[in-house]
Amino acid sequence: MTIGLGHYLSVGAILFTLGILGIFLNRKNIIVILMSIELILLAVNVNLVAFSTFLGDIVGQVFALLVLTVAAAEAAIGLAVLVVYFRNRGSIAVEDVNLMKG
Amino acid sequence: MILPALFFYLFAGVCVASAVMVIVSRNPVHSVLFLILAFVNAAGLFVLMGAEFLAMILVVVYVGAVAVLFLFVIMMLDVDFAELREGFLEYLPIGLVIGAVFLAELLLVGGGWVINAGTAKSITAAIPNNVSNTEALGLVLYTRYIHYFQIAGMVLLVAMIGAIVLTLRHKVNVKRQDINVQNARTPELAMSVRKVASGQGLQDVDAAEWVQ
Repeated sequence: MTIGLGHYLSVGAILFTLGILGIFLNRKNIIVILMSIELILLAVNVNLVAFSTFLGDIVGQVFALLVLTVAAAEAAIGLAVLVVYFRNRGSIAVEDVNLMKG
Repeated sequence: MILPALFFYLFAGVCVASAVMVIVSRNPVHSVLFLILAFVNAAGLFVLMGAEFLAMILVVVYVGAVAVLFLFVIMMLDVDFAELREGFLEYLPIGLVIGAVFLAELLLVGGGWVINAGTAKSITAAIPNNVSNTEALGLVLYTRYIHYFQIAGMVLLVAMIGAIVLTLRHKVNVKRQDINVQNARTPELAMSVRKVASGQGLQDVDAAEWVQ
């Protein structure tokens, strides 16, 4: 049996769903939410690379590289915001983030 | 022929299993370690697909940088993670329902499509056969997509500056080097010649006056 595009897309779909599920399950822990976002971006990358390979077009891999860059930048900024928030409030619980609530 | 399929199922299985462990693990440090495992296995999948450069970049960027960043932050913050886990079971049913619906939709879409016959003609940059993946990527990344490449660099620069600006702290009680004060220092400011009487010492001198 041969491994086709559908197999890789299924892995991507499962990873994406697990990322969404992780955001729902760990609603209080923002660190795990950030990790779930990383999982979602990984699923996007798997899809991009799969289509790139199976269609024979390298632009998908260029785009996956850009997604990787944005994911790294997002993790760095997110964690920096998290550290500043912890310094100010002494907690990282998501439901405590209500200072801007009217 | 059986070997690529075997490795696909190995990498995909471990990747999905560690992704599950990322979201259900009790300890965030374990979550980060499982995230590393998931990314390494995704890199294996990339190698199977023939995207070697991206696979190596994934290992370097994620395992080398992002995962270590996560570990640092988790160890730096003194947070009671058990408390943050409350409500996990409360959200489990709704999360599972939404996840199941989402996965069913994605798999239905994935199972139901066919590739348009015109797609093969509209390929922008075909993968060349005679060069390696890295070279093929470089051939388009630095020519046709040079602006995207530079924008990616700008994104990283902005992220770096933003992270530094956010987390930089000026402590008031830390002695810092001040070049202007150092350069303005003269022998008159720094030294004073005194005649010290024998057996008296420098009791009358205010020492702080010339220790500047």
